[in-house]
Amino acid sequence: MSTNVMVLAEHTDGKISDGTYELIGQARELAGALGGATEVALLGPADLAGQLGSADIVVCVEHPALEQYVPEAYERALLEVLAQRSPRLLLLSNATVGLDLGAALSVHWDAPLVAYVSALEVDGGVVVATAQILGGKVLAEVELPGERAIVTLLGGAFSSAPGAATGPGAAAPEVVHVGPPASLATLRTSLRRVVPAAGGDVDISAADVLVSVGRGIESQENLETVLELAEALGVPLSASRPVVDAGWLAKSRQVGQSGLKVKPRAYLAFGISGAPEHLEGMRRSELIIACNTDPGAPIFAVAHYGTTLDLFDLVPELVDMVRD
Amino acid sequence: MRIVVPIKAVPDLVEEIELTGDGAAIDREYLTFVLNEWDGQALEEALLLKDADGAKVVAVGLADDPDIDQFLYTALAKGADEAVKLVAATALGPPGPGGASGADRAALLAAYLTAHPADLVITGVQAADDLDGQLPSRLAALLDLPHVSVVIGVEPAQVEPAQVEPAQVEPAQKEGGRDEDGGASVTVRQEFAGGRCHELEVQLPAVIGVQSARQAPRYAPITRIRQAMNAGGLSELVVPARAAGNALVVRRLHRPGTTGGAEMMTGSAREVAGQIVGLLRARGLVKGSVP
Repeated sequence: MSTNVMVLAEHTDGKISDGTYELIGQARELAGALGGATEVALLGPADLAGQLGSADIVVCVEHPALEQYVPEAYERALLEVLAQRSPRLLLLSNATVGLDLGAALSVHWDAPLVAYVSALEVDGGVVVATAQILGGKVLAEVELPGERAIVTLLGGAFSSAPGAATGPGAAAPEVVHVGPPASLATLRTSLRRVVPAAGGDVDISAADVLVSVGRGIESQENLETVLELAEALGVPLSASRPVVDAGWLAKSRQVGQSGLKVKPRAYLAFGISGAPEHLEGMRRSELIIACNTDPGAPIFAVAHYGTTLDLFDLVPELVDMVRD
Repeated sequence: MRIVVPIKAVPDLVEEIELTGDGAAIDREYLTFVLNEWDGQALEEALLLKDADGAKVVAVGLADDPDIDQFLYTALAKGADEAVKLVAATALGPPGPGGASGADRAALLAAYLTAHPADLVITGVQAADDLDGQLPSRLAALLDLPHVSVVIGVEPAQVEPAQVEPAQVEPAQKEGGRDEDGGASVTVRQEFAGGRCHELEVQLPAVIGVQSARQAPRYAPITRIRQAMNAGGLSELVVPARAAGNALVVRRLHRPGTTGGAEMMTGSAREVAGQIVGLLRARGLVKGSVP
């Protein structure tokens, strides 16, 4: 039984994603504890192996259907890799690719899957994953004692530096080629085109200060309250996913895993509970001030200052004072 | 086209979540349950397809989910053609840790969909208690169907007849899919971080995990929900459960430290506002501020 830990590489426009390096950093730590090697499955352009210097082994599958991410193509190619390499653990991002492939691989590779994982360790030979469920309000410690398992890791919970770094004099990873499975010729899913992100009216990732609003705002009409504060401060209004999904603000205003990652000098969060996907996008802000009536809201775990006042009481006072 | 929308009840996260004394499960006694918000988005996307093409939309819930009748009637009130409540031959328990796993739920839905095939299964991309992963791709794997998750729009594809493989669509059409004017495939938009999208063409039948619908979910007035309840359009179906496998070994559940790093500010709204403005001024982040 292998004790290797495998990571699926994600890449866009010839560049390995930051999230992949977070996964590799975590894989190296685990592989060390298990006494195995770090493997990276690289589907598509094998020349990107040069960007994966911190892995011990890069497993490449080359095929035209793998140039860009297509779930069915990736799933079939990765199953071929898993069958040939039999790693102890497969690490995926808990973002689009992991949400898309994780559970299907769990069925086809016959391995348990833990999602929303923010910490991984080896405890007495057993891999233990800690998952943040129910919007981060509950932590679940899950044991993965068997021969194989899949873990999807939350972005931003781990540093990307160890996975991206290659020490001086480090050996280049061994590159292994796995032939593409014949099933790539009979895909039922095909990529029509790549649609770049629509540019918004304002770049929230460039702002010094963000006034950010979540589900606690309750209605589109109520946005006026926080908009006044943003205007008084002369900064953009941003939001968590529910506000954007409700159609109250443009997608370009969304902070979080499926939105933008921001790192302003001050992030003012109003009515945002702090689901893991949101925290991923803003936890590196220099100063985080959170206002939420729920004292148990996970946002307070990453905020520097907090208040459980009602935002509808607090914001008008803030507007008055800023305008003074 | 027959669209099945599996829906799930999840704890209302606005409320405090308590755990049982042994830390093995969520204490459901005083919890309020709401419809999984992504399932609400999935239902909206299905109803948009119905509005455009006359698809038949079937909302499907699990009888063990708290308040599921209410969510199924709401789906009917919003425009679903049918609502079905699946009763597991062996009770699964309520969703979430200490109850039915995602794999258990997927196995039950797969059994239903095998007996009552759909052209499209559209469901929420995730739910807040998906400890063992997400429903859409698990369901697709069990049914051997293509799948796409984190989708922000589903539309019928304009397909050249030559590209259609009849073998792929036959089972669903036999089952009653009215597919006269729709294609045998759909075009979906899959979203990545930052808003970049892949437009994919997927042959039917397929399973789609919706992140957000093309428009905000429609509202069903309470009067119409009552009408749906009185009309009694909810059917029950006993389904034999399949073995799910790969159950997780949960060592314990616990709650994170509630206020971790945050220094909590107390006082009146005016006082707290003063502290916040002070913090911003000290960093030179309020225009006209003194250093």
